Amino acid sequence: MSASLIAANTLRTTEIVQVKTESPTVKTFIMPDRLCSKVKPGQFLMLWIPGVDEIPLSIMDASNGLVAVSVKQVGDATRHLHGLKAGETVGIRGPFGNSFTESRGRVLLLGGGTGTAPLLFLAKQLSAKTERLSFVEGAKTKDELLFIRELNGICNEKSLITTTEDGTYGLQCLVTEPLSSLLDREKFDMIYTCGPEVMVKKIFELTEQRKLPLEASLERLMRCGIGLCGSCVIGKYRVCRDGPVFTAAQLREVKDELGISKMGFDGSRIPI
Amino acid sequence: MVQAKSGLINAMGLPNPGIDVYAEEIKFSKTVLRIPLIVSVFGYSADEYATVAKKAVDAGADAVELNVSCPHVKQTGAEIGQSPKLLSEVVQKVKAAVNKPLIVKLSPNVADITVIAQAAVEAGADALTAVNTLKAMAIDVETGRPILSNIKGGLSGPAIKPIALRCVYDIHEEFDVPIIGCGGITDWRDAVEFFLAGASAVQVGTAIALEDTEVFQAITKGVEVYMRKKHYRSVKEIVGLAHRS
Repeated sequence: MSASLIAANTLRTTEIVQVKTESPTVKTFIMPDRLCSKVKPGQFLMLWIPGVDEIPLSIMDASNGLVAVSVKQVGDATRHLHGLKAGETVGIRGPFGNSFTESRGRVLLLGGGTGTAPLLFLAKQLSAKTERLSFVEGAKTKDELLFIRELNGICNEKSLITTTEDGTYGLQCLVTEPLSSLLDREKFDMIYTCGPEVMVKKIFELTEQRKLPLEASLERLMRCGIGLCGSCVIGKYRVCRDGPVFTAAQLREVKDELGISKMGFDGSRIPI
Repeated sequence: MVQAKSGLINAMGLPNPGIDVYAEEIKFSKTVLRIPLIVSVFGYSADEYATVAKKAVDAGADAVELNVSCPHVKQTGAEIGQSPKLLSEVVQKVKAAVNKPLIVKLSPNVADITVIAQAAVEAGADALTAVNTLKAMAIDVETGRPILSNIKGGLSGPAIKPIALRCVYDIHEEFDVPIIGCGGITDWRDAVEFFLAGASAVQVGTAIALEDTEVFQAITKGVEVYMRKKHYRSVKEIVGLAHRS
């Protein structure tokens, strides 16, 4: 990031134009923002909830001057955000971070929970360019499976696999389960993933065994978003600045931490 | 974190897992680093400063820097850094506890920084860092709310450079103590300015957000080229040069 960009992407306020309920715990917020409407899939923004806090969110969609983020209610800040309606004001800083690389040929996307959001954005951009696009999405239960309608529009019946832990929709298993056979059955030129880190770790292990290319978007506690504070460090990388998208080669360098531990609010290492 | 027009306002506080956990990181760092390691310490009392400093040194720190000037941690830092009496007590206690160089990072949020500098030097500080962030805030005009949930934070970056430079100049004018310049240093020109004002070394923080970590090499290379061009053999030769009459 150059000095001019950091000056350019400072906090600005914008009005929420639409709130969509995606699941009992996830809502999508759509806001006008010139800078963030031009991002590439994988990038993130810092969302300021006035009087509450600022949180990092990966971008779910961006076009025509608008940006969308899908947010799961997990704590104080997200609870306040979920209480906001169209017409109310939030702040945006960013966009930040790198993006998924565009791959042609045959691609596979694996999303877990709200990690599906940036992958939906990626799938929309890739669908016209790739030879074949397959998507595997997993959630705990049917109600929490996100963007099924949108994904059905991009994929066909064969190329969209859904899994739920309780078997209320699709296959009853973890999202990683159908992966082994899928990887053995079909050839992929690139695999993308975003979701809980334990899932990312499992996927990384499976792709490593087969020497397949992988790009994974990681999530860490973030405070500054611009590479200074160190809250989001994994190994020698800062997720906000060097990521959030990491290649298989980079994941190899941080495999002692991937899916195992992260830094907590006080900077101590806590298990994932 | 607020990205201001020419700097950053942060209210990180001092998130850390405590010296006992951090000591392991210090030990590990010493196995891979080939440069001296200075550990920044803070505490809520003079005794705590001394305890933490001693543990840092025992873990391998080559020097300790007392953070007595963090403006956004309640009941620590800034209060000590604003009181010659409190600061003197802290410095003496730490000095008695460790046998490595002791640096004191000063706050610019005082009427006369030389008064605080004098207290630190007389209490035994081996060097001073000038300066920490300036107390600051930002308000969003649309909602009328302070942007930081902490309301106030510390301003760093290019915005504070001229103030930091003046602080270094003032301290060098009165004391012989080595000074580490800090505040908005982004390129080699900034670094040289601080040397000329009286600093023997500089710290870089906010510029990492602007230029990423390559900024360190860019600054050292730029300083080298400047020195060659001006026929100086060592940075020592230009420290405080701006003070000549």
